[in-house]
Amino acid sequence: MTPQPAPSVRVQADDFDVAHEQALLTQGRRDIGALVSFVGLCRDEDGALEALELEHYPGMAEAEISRVAVEALERWPLQGLTVIHRFGQIRPGEQIVLVLTAARHRADAFAAAEFLMDYLKTRAPFWKKERRAGGAPGDWISAKSEDDSAAERWR
Amino acid sequence: MKALYFARVRERIGLSEEEIAPPGEVVTVRQLIEWLSRRGDGYAAAFANPATIRAAVDKRHAAPDAPIGAAREVAFFPPMTGG
Repeated sequence: MTPQPAPSVRVQADDFDVAHEQALLTQGRRDIGALVSFVGLCRDEDGALEALELEHYPGMAEAEISRVAVEALERWPLQGLTVIHRFGQIRPGEQIVLVLTAARHRADAFAAAEFLMDYLKTRAPFWKKERRAGGAPGDWISAKSEDDSAAERWR
Repeated sequence: MKALYFARVRERIGLSEEEIAPPGEVVTVRQLIEWLSRRGDGYAAAFANPATIRAAVDKRHAAPDAPIGAAREVAFFPPMTGG
């Protein structure tokens, strides 16, 4: 049994480069057979969103994502794991979150990536507030019950 | 101990953090919410619907009946919407 890799968890205001993060995870490796990357984007459904303001709980955000990452490593035989979550102002089309999972086989990489996203949605301390076009303050995004049921199915 | 407030809870209370000294009979997260709710209208509004309040004790999620014990930091916030 190979030792579990250390997950790379970052919470940052800056954008990230998916190709660079993939290269960091796979460089020098010949044993990885599957690399799944999920990127969550800021989307504008009605053309009226200027930006999302992502508030977070510094310290707990990193700690909670790390706890979820460790749980993923215990459930699936992963060879590498990266999670980046941004905070601050993010405009439509920009990247919010990255999950990378590396494994020998795709089933483990897909399942772990989906598990991570389902758990991040309900456990990572981030809150999104809309800013409408023209600078008018919008409302806080409501938590979705589908997200809770998506997380529940992993129990 | 330090109390931290985020998102809508922070807005309604009008503070992001403060030092609090709850009396000894305040033992659980739920009791702390009830105690805080009596501090003013903003607090009462923030905690009016307990079903929409989540809490963390020393940066870990905590259920309403979890003890606050010797916590250094207790945080209150709405359900999370990250990812």
